[in-house]
Amino acid sequence: MDLNSLTIHVLSEKLSKKEVSSVEATKAYLERIGAVDARIKAFLIVTADNALRQAEEADKRRAQNNNVTPLTGVPVSVKDIFCTKGIRTTCASKILEGFVPPYDSTVVARLKEAGAVILGKNNMDEFAMGSSTENSAFQKTANPWALDRVPGGSSGGSAASVAALECAASVGTDTGGSIRQPAALCGVVGFKPTYGRVSRFGMLAFASSLDQAGPFTRDTRDSAIMLRTLAGFDPRDSTSIDAPVPDYLSEMEKGVKGLRIGIPKEYFIEGMDAEVESSVREALKILEKEGAVLVPITLPHTEYAVAVYYLVATAEASSNLARYDGVKYGLRVNESGNLLDMYKKTRDRGFGGEVKRRIMLGTYSLSAGYYDAYYKKASEVRTLIKNDFEAAFKDCDVIVTPTSPTPAFRFGEKVADPLTMYLSDIFTISCNLAGIPGISIPCGFTKDNLPIGLQILGKSLDEATVLRAARAYERASGASLKAPAL
Amino acid sequence: MSITKKDVLHAAELARLELTAEEQDLYTEQLSRILNYVEKLSELDTKGVAPTTYTVPLKTVMRADEAKPSLSHGEALSNAPDSDKDCFKVPKIIE
Repeated sequence: MDLNSLTIHVLSEKLSKKEVSSVEATKAYLERIGAVDARIKAFLIVTADNALRQAEEADKRRAQNNNVTPLTGVPVSVKDIFCTKGIRTTCASKILEGFVPPYDSTVVARLKEAGAVILGKNNMDEFAMGSSTENSAFQKTANPWALDRVPGGSSGGSAASVAALECAASVGTDTGGSIRQPAALCGVVGFKPTYGRVSRFGMLAFASSLDQAGPFTRDTRDSAIMLRTLAGFDPRDSTSIDAPVPDYLSEMEKGVKGLRIGIPKEYFIEGMDAEVESSVREALKILEKEGAVLVPITLPHTEYAVAVYYLVATAEASSNLARYDGVKYGLRVNESGNLLDMYKKTRDRGFGGEVKRRIMLGTYSLSAGYYDAYYKKASEVRTLIKNDFEAAFKDCDVIVTPTSPTPAFRFGEKVADPLTMYLSDIFTISCNLAGIPGISIPCGFTKDNLPIGLQILGKSLDEATVLRAARAYERASGASLKAPAL
Repeated sequence: MSITKKDVLHAAELARLELTAEEQDLYTEQLSRILNYVEKLSELDTKGVAPTTYTVPLKTVMRADEAKPSLSHGEALSNAPDSDKDCFKVPKIIE
């Protein structure tokens, strides 16, 4: 038995029965990282000593039966966008290369409180801007199913690390699909909760009205366990929602009999990969057989989502990233002793191409004379997109779509043309604009053995029903856990 | 709509970015293409539609005015590229 191939719920049970220790599990994961990460490059930093210390603590906690949770002693990782006290946090950017936060993000604090073991920090697109993790300033992460292909992005390191069995789970962030798209491309479960469900405190900001953290796991029950730990009100995030967090794990076993599943015609478009489409249609048949009712719905403003997103997200980013100026932390390039020159040189050398492009777009669209035509217009169309979902959810309980129009693409394939890369998020973006929860779960493979993802969207704060549908499919499809040959 | 190199230089100035000559040309071309694409929003009549800036109701959060633990000066300055006593140090601003 390879300890690093177990799901959280199985490992947790073995830990509670004292069949294995957290130290043993942690060592198994560290060995796995040592064996495969030179090829996958999912980690920017591995904190082995800290992890082993946390594992010893977790074993003690379990031995004393002191505040034990399902995550106590379970080895996980986090995207390098979450501040970790005393541990380098870079957002995969040169501008933060030497940044060591003096505090923990709420996500990390909650994992530690639950007794999870943190193995290290995952690679990502710089400042979470990208769909392939090729925008990391430090390294390219490979898709564990096909090493010449991207893992998706921006949380590509998180998705790849879970798929490659280098950790039991990871936490990423999703601004326009950055959890769900890499989960789909790497064949794991990725869940973006309702905006405001998980605290953004200590999570480096990209687009503040869209950013949301969520888990990567190997199955839906693990997703429920992780979400239960991460979700909940945080007074340190002014957009945190003060709502009860249900017991997802028991709720999700209820099946889908009578559940109304909306099928939006706008998400089954020409140009979509044929194998992706047939897998998703097959999944719908399975759900119908389980008793779900398929309801045709329409989300008429879908075709405008990418345009709205790239105006709103870049406008917010241009403002959020103004803080990186070489004064309080991070890189400083001061050659002339002139303040303005220092700002410009620091930002020029510190930021990569995609980050600069987005700052430029956001700054331009917010600048005098263009605000109404771009940012304001986009925010109005955002309302129409949100209204589409509200209307659709009168006729259905969840919405099922493909997660990504294609399986994993090759390195370099979309780098030259930013717009083509942006369009790979076409099915995931609306969910962020509307603030609703969405999950991607594995729903088969192409004939080239590349994973395909199924997206399930739910009503605001109704993560429980999303998980219920996801679990019903997982159970009925008999999709046994598959791991890539590495 | 297409934008000119002059527009790009203006935005770069506002964003405090120093662009190489190559980047100026590249961004002029790429931003034009992206702006052409987002132009499709003008097809929609949004008269009377209230903008959505956040999907959750935003309100100013207040708490009791009580001292709570916070970062020490040393911790807050621990990542500063340059500091002096309890201050961040920057190049001279006023001549």
